[in-house]
Amino acid sequence: MFKTVAVALSATLLAGAASAGDISGAGATFPAPIYAKWAEAYKAQTGIGLNYQAIGSGGGIKQITAKTVAFGATDKPMTDEELNKIGLMQFPSVMGGILPVVNLPGVQPGQMKLTGEIIADIFLGKITKWNDPRIAAINPGVRIPNWPVTVVHRSDGSGTTYVWTSYLSVKSAEWKSKIGAATDVKWAVGQGGKGNDGIAAVVKQTPGSIGYVEYVFAHANKLTHTQVQDHDGAFIQPEMETFQNAAARASFKAPGFATSLLDQPGNSWPITSPTYILVYKNQTNDDGAAVLSFFDWAYKNGDNLARQLDYVPLPANAKSAIRAAWSANITKGGKPVYVSK
Amino acid sequence: MAVLDRRNRRQIANTAFVTFSTTAAVIAISALTAILYSLLVKGVSGLNLDIFLLSTPAPMSQGGLANAIVGSLMLCGVAMVGAVIVGVLAGTFLAEYSGLSPALNAYGSVVRFLNDVLLSAPSILIGLFVYYIAVKPVHGFNGWAGALALGLIAAPVVTRTTEDVLKLQAKQLRESGVALGAPMWVTIQKVLWRASSGGILTGALLAFARISGETAPLLFTSLGNQFMNFDMSKPISNLPAVIFQFGLSAYDDWQRLAWVGALLIAFAVLSINILVRVLSQEQKRS
Amino acid sequence: MTALPATTGETTRTRPAGASFDPIFLGLCAAAATLLLTALAGIVVSLLIGGWPALSHFKLAFFTSSEWDPVKDIYGGAGPIVGTLITALLSLVFALPIAFGIAVFLVEFCPPLLRRPIGIAVELLAGVPSIVYGMWGLFIFAPLFRDFVEFPLITWAPPGSIWEKLFQGIPNGSGILVASIILSVMILPYIAATLRELFLTVPAKVRESAYGVGCTTVEVVWSVTLPYVRRSAIGAVMLGLGRALGETMAVTFIIGNSHAFPKGLFDGGSTIASTIANEFAEATSDMHTSALIALGFVLFVITFAVLAIARAFLGASKHG
Repeated sequence: MFKTVAVALSATLLAGAASAGDISGAGATFPAPIYAKWAEAYKAQTGIGLNYQAIGSGGGIKQITAKTVAFGATDKPMTDEELNKIGLMQFPSVMGGILPVVNLPGVQPGQMKLTGEIIADIFLGKITKWNDPRIAAINPGVRIPNWPVTVVHRSDGSGTTYVWTSYLSVKSAEWKSKIGAATDVKWAVGQGGKGNDGIAAVVKQTPGSIGYVEYVFAHANKLTHTQVQDHDGAFIQPEMETFQNAAARASFKAPGFATSLLDQPGNSWPITSPTYILVYKNQTNDDGAAVLSFFDWAYKNGDNLARQLDYVPLPANAKSAIRAAWSANITKGGKPVYVSK
Repeated sequence: MAVLDRRNRRQIANTAFVTFSTTAAVIAISALTAILYSLLVKGVSGLNLDIFLLSTPAPMSQGGLANAIVGSLMLCGVAMVGAVIVGVLAGTFLAEYSGLSPALNAYGSVVRFLNDVLLSAPSILIGLFVYYIAVKPVHGFNGWAGALALGLIAAPVVTRTTEDVLKLQAKQLRESGVALGAPMWVTIQKVLWRASSGGILTGALLAFARISGETAPLLFTSLGNQFMNFDMSKPISNLPAVIFQFGLSAYDDWQRLAWVGALLIAFAVLSINILVRVLSQEQKRS
Repeated sequence: MTALPATTGETTRTRPAGASFDPIFLGLCAAAATLLLTALAGIVVSLLIGGWPALSHFKLAFFTSSEWDPVKDIYGGAGPIVGTLITALLSLVFALPIAFGIAVFLVEFCPPLLRRPIGIAVELLAGVPSIVYGMWGLFIFAPLFRDFVEFPLITWAPPGSIWEKLFQGIPNGSGILVASIILSVMILPYIAATLRELFLTVPAKVRESAYGVGCTTVEVVWSVTLPYVRRSAIGAVMLGLGRALGETMAVTFIIGNSHAFPKGLFDGGSTIASTIANEFAEATSDMHTSALIALGFVLFVITFAVLAIARAFLGASKHG
């Protein structure tokens, strides 16, 4: 009796071990929850396990370069030149929005209005009081306390910081020349918090502070977000619709698919960004096909799961462009490793 | 009068000292209580059978920590076996053999010094080093590399404590072994190790406590795994990394699992601690 | 017993049975020691190779400048280096007396019933994962510290005095001092548990005879116990200091993470380990990675120096 149970148990364990973790990926922290969600549903349907671990975008690039994983993931897109040098193809998987959050008692979530230029000057340390005339001018009727501004930024290197500083670089020439855009920059003013959660905690604990977090964190922590002026001059709210508008007209193009969704026209949330997957063009085993079939499955079946976790799915035109690029670029022995049906 | 004065002064000094020591103990206990209280409040409510049966879920799915628990047990187990063997032998070398000749003495000083340096190496750098020797060459993250990294963190702790307690054993103990006609290695094993077992155990427990909560060295070595895996040559999950990822996420159910995981680690350290103490007590009695 | 030879001197004795294994056992022990040595050498060499591009490029400025700008690829590590020294020192200053007090309490006058539970409780403190300390520090301890320590002290500090300088910083519960306090709680059990173990090795005879001639507890501890364990006690302190220097996860939560020189105790700062943990995963430029590894190398150098100094100070003394 015991023997049969033991044999059956070890057989299932072995089978589980054999299929589990067949494909490994590593990289960006931002998309880790949705990849886990997709992987769980994908395994339930197909029995194939895809193990993704969040070690940071820089780590994702280093690991795919060192060929320790089947795919890498990064929030900061690699340039075409960098991709060609290593022989990688890059494509977006999903998108997300980033929002400014403030701690000003009396100010309701979504009530206060800010422009990219004002945010840049706050983060440059040029606007130091909340009752600055430029802020008051676009916020008639909002009672803003006469407090000093405390800037809260990420202390760890992060894709979120890359998108945020890229946006400020688009809106402010001074920001672009003095600070620039990167996963970690030399901040002009302010305090660091570790991770989205760290920023949320410091903002909550510091009256008069302003920080930036991913949409899902503002949502979960009930932080006071602000409206931001879009490319057409209108003040808009951060929500699924305005995030998706940002991607609707974007031109995702092979080979890198690196495109800026920042400050787009047409009621688009100005701080929206995709996150990317990195795969070798020239495949030597079946891992590449497994990775592509997973993401093809996610494009077809994963949109609702993404929305459920506050991620923004890719528009249909982008998905078909990516599928076409897979067939053309990712090959094994000269033949495409995966063709979407 | 002078005598009385002196006695008074001594008495006061002693009372102050006793008060100070007791206060110190109270401070430590209150810090522990405060931390354990948060752990219990946030961790216990999430405890259920699923924790031990199901693997880590995606956000808003049902799941547990089974894969992380199994992974942590395997990684820490392998690491501790290696660390205790290496640490006790190295500590014995430092305490018993390094005095035998000037050459051994010099070598012992170097090892002793560098062992202390190794003690303070940031764990993330040890992980990085192991990545270069055990992950990059084989083109894949694996459990062995994680265990190696943890072992390298634990071994110097065991070495340090082993040397310290061995050195404090009375000279008579060593002489008694020799007097009985036992060779040195038997004396060390049968007499010195046994007499020092309490101290060595404490060292091993501290080492275990230290590695059981380590995240950084595993990030680049055993990586982590969303699914159950018993194969040490593949990426393998571990509790601290899951706590780290889930605790900093935006999802309530993930945060709840993170606190449960933290509680489990603290509980594991506690129960192993008690178990070992009880076992060593019984051994002494027999 | 019949085999017991007549000894003519202390050093001469016949080889006991099984003694041929002695060299092998010595070899095993030496091999284990060498393994540790090799591991450390490997780590240092790999750090030196990895950090060399940054060290050779920035030269002395890497140690003297606190300009840390990943966009322009300029790296000066003075901020984290100073932060590491300050936090490690402060945490040791806080933890050492308390750990000593606990050890004395447990060994000398703790009610026997409480001895084991308290001993285990202290060791348990070492078993709490460091991320829990970080989260506890950030979400629970920091707000309390802000309201009950930082605000009152900043308000109290007389303008122009040294206190005002010392208490500079944004009062939000994150900074050098909070990080040092949390660190001291983390290293406390290492020092306390080892010290207690050492105190217990003092032969009961010795202590009891001291009590017997009328010594008070403080005199026994000061004149009998401490001199007896002095040498090994350095090891206990080193265990704690080691953890304080190398701790990453907890510190990153509460130190404020700024690369500039900390201006006051409440100001944000960074340590070498926290900087590496914060930035290593996301560093994409080669120089950035190299600068972080170079910082790691500097941490080793600091540890070397600290240990060498400690040895010079205490090495001359001998325990009985």
